[in-house]
Amino acid sequence: MPVCGSSRMDLTCQETTHVFIMSVNSYSLNPKEVTMSVVQSLLRSPVVTALASPHGIDRYLEIVNPLWAAHEVRARVVDVTRETRAGAPVTTLRLRPSNTWRGHRAGQHVQLGIELGTARRLTRAFSISSPESGPGDDITITVRAREEGAVSAHLAELARPGALVHLGQAEGEFTLPEPLPSRLILISAGSGITPVMSMVRTLMRRGYGGTITFLHYARSAQHQIFADEIATLPPNVHVHLVHTRAGGERFTRDALARLVPDFADVDTFACGPAGLIETVQEAYAGSDRLRVEYFRVPSAASGDAEGTITFSRSGTRVANSGATILEQAEAAGLTPEFGCRMGICFTCTARKPEGAVRNVVNGEENAMPDDDIRICVNAPVGDCTVDL
Amino acid sequence: MTLTATRPADSPPARTTPVRTPKPATPAAATSTDDASTRHTPEAFTTPPVSTEHTTSISDLLSPEELEAFGAEMDAIREKVIASLGDEDAAYIRRIVKWQRGFEVAGRALFYVPPAWPLAVASLSISKILDNMEIGHNVMHGQYDWMGDPGLSSRMFEWDTMAPAENWKYGHNYLHHTFTNIVGKDRDIGYGILRMDDDQKWRPHHLLNPVNAFLLMVFFEWGVALHDLEVENIASGERGWAETKPVLRRIRRKMGRQVLKDYVLFPALTGPLFPLTFAGNAVANLVRNIWAFNIIFCGHFPTGVATFSMEETENETRAQWYVRQLLGSANITGSELFHVLSGNLSHQIEHHLFPDIPARRYPQVAAEVREACERYGLPYNTGSLGHQLGSVFRKIGRLALPPRRGR
Repeated sequence: MPVCGSSRMDLTCQETTHVFIMSVNSYSLNPKEVTMSVVQSLLRSPVVTALASPHGIDRYLEIVNPLWAAHEVRARVVDVTRETRAGAPVTTLRLRPSNTWRGHRAGQHVQLGIELGTARRLTRAFSISSPESGPGDDITITVRAREEGAVSAHLAELARPGALVHLGQAEGEFTLPEPLPSRLILISAGSGITPVMSMVRTLMRRGYGGTITFLHYARSAQHQIFADEIATLPPNVHVHLVHTRAGGERFTRDALARLVPDFADVDTFACGPAGLIETVQEAYAGSDRLRVEYFRVPSAASGDAEGTITFSRSGTRVANSGATILEQAEAAGLTPEFGCRMGICFTCTARKPEGAVRNVVNGEENAMPDDDIRICVNAPVGDCTVDL
Repeated sequence: MTLTATRPADSPPARTTPVRTPKPATPAAATSTDDASTRHTPEAFTTPPVSTEHTTSISDLLSPEELEAFGAEMDAIREKVIASLGDEDAAYIRRIVKWQRGFEVAGRALFYVPPAWPLAVASLSISKILDNMEIGHNVMHGQYDWMGDPGLSSRMFEWDTMAPAENWKYGHNYLHHTFTNIVGKDRDIGYGILRMDDDQKWRPHHLLNPVNAFLLMVFFEWGVALHDLEVENIASGERGWAETKPVLRRIRRKMGRQVLKDYVLFPALTGPLFPLTFAGNAVANLVRNIWAFNIIFCGHFPTGVATFSMEETENETRAQWYVRQLLGSANITGSELFHVLSGNLSHQIEHHLFPDIPARRYPQVAAEVREACERYGLPYNTGSLGHQLGSVFRKIGRLALPPRRGR
């Protein structure tokens, strides 16, 4: 159902004024675009919604053309660029979304789904690397192929122009403050540069005149993403590239203090692996100027009942007893929804943002982040977080 | 654990595989209200007609070792299917969805051509049948959740009928599929209106069993929606207003949308043809109601299908659950098209053994299940639509009357 979100800028309610099927980013509307815009408004009208109930109009449009949509966002890959010369391939994909795309703020991420084969759609979150976008604008994501990540590997190595992807709307609060402060610190490592780069590009496009301290860690110059573009940034962006394999020092509080003595009073955005983020958080000692985003990686299943279960919604943490997640949640005083308690009714399905679990019925292990699991038949193996 | 395996026969049970330890049958004791002419034995019928009430137990049918081995075999069938899920299953359900949408759009459009009215109704009826049975029921069981497609996800799917998905999933996927045929727990035994089992206490209003069954058939989608209110549990005080309110709110909202679409907007869009379109939509809903009612009633109510008591199913193992699902369900034979239109609920046995595997796999695994049943000497209840329906209707009639003394 169409929802004009109140928090996500003003973009959300402008959607009806935009053309029907993407591919046109011009700002002046020709007669065809006006017609399309009328069609689009019609498709989103309460009457069409009522007529298409209960499935929704998109379920009919997609059968005619996978890019036709009144609510959902889909996109075609229009350009594929290899970013690095060493290590796992890193690729930037330019996506042309349906005009249902409401735009994004720099630093946000998007849920992106691809179909591997024709059967299984896998959906993962990716930071957007292009500057802030408006409704229907192209966006880019920059993806590093990770051995254990089927989606990232596919996108980085196999995606070709013309491929169809499913998108959500942009989400995330890792975004620049408005109005912009006079100083900013950006800290990133590896492919954590992507949302930070979206911020840098946005700031440059807006003609930002303040001071940016941009501290980035890569393994080597060959691993460095966006190297050419970073080299041409104007002088108000103080870039510090650290190549750790070439002897560069990993992040420390002192190193940052040498660059920006009063760093804890400066709006700071840090994105990278969990290890870096922890160190940065320690350095900032709880300062509300720091905002972070880190990657979740598939966990290694230990095969034993160890580790801690975090029930993220209730903020409860308990030591893993090896019982099913449902039983452990109940033991911890939570009352998750459940039905059959034997894995057939799907009532208890909950999201598992990270951690490895084993299905107690068939022994299958699942370490994928952001997967939906039936908590009545899955027991954690090692640390695990469940949205309960 | 004991179960009441067979009831006083009002007709021979449907074709079953031989029970290894058939209980002594005393046909002379039969007190069926049915006329004798229905009491012929089909040629393929391999079990002596069991005509008097008796109880048997799973332990009579299977030793503890056999029981566990049977359960393991069922688990193995399930795992094999799950491991092989892939492109064909995805292509199949997407093809069915395309057909359903096609029939739906065609049906709606054909109402603009008055002479094509019967065609429009037929088209819309098929659309609703496919939507509810092969797509809706099965998608909401989570059979296609592995595809990761929000349009085919058990958590998101909503179907073209009065019952809101969320209410129905609780009553069906959980209550009915977990407590299948346990008298007093499975609310689908007679839907709180009909007396469908000897163990349900007879009350005077059960004299109306055939009338109520007919009304339920005609208004099936309304009945299914209201079923989730659990009126009998509200009356008994087991269920309070706090639990009922959200259920009722969802029902009202969904019914509002369905009525608005089928009885206001689509008829209004055809202008002067309003009454014809209105009537056409009503008939399409009726056709779907009749079809769904009949297929569903053949799933658990034909003679020979076992019911269970709460006591005997306490602390049930997974293997015992499998056997209960098997003994508590019945299949319908038919063509491939028939199976699709029944949402493969014609393979009710396989559906109850493996509710979360794609329904198109049921015909494939049916041979294995049946073969296993034969090896273990377990009954496998199947018959033609006519046969199973006859059996159900006779039961509806017989149970309208109070039990005779001496039973």
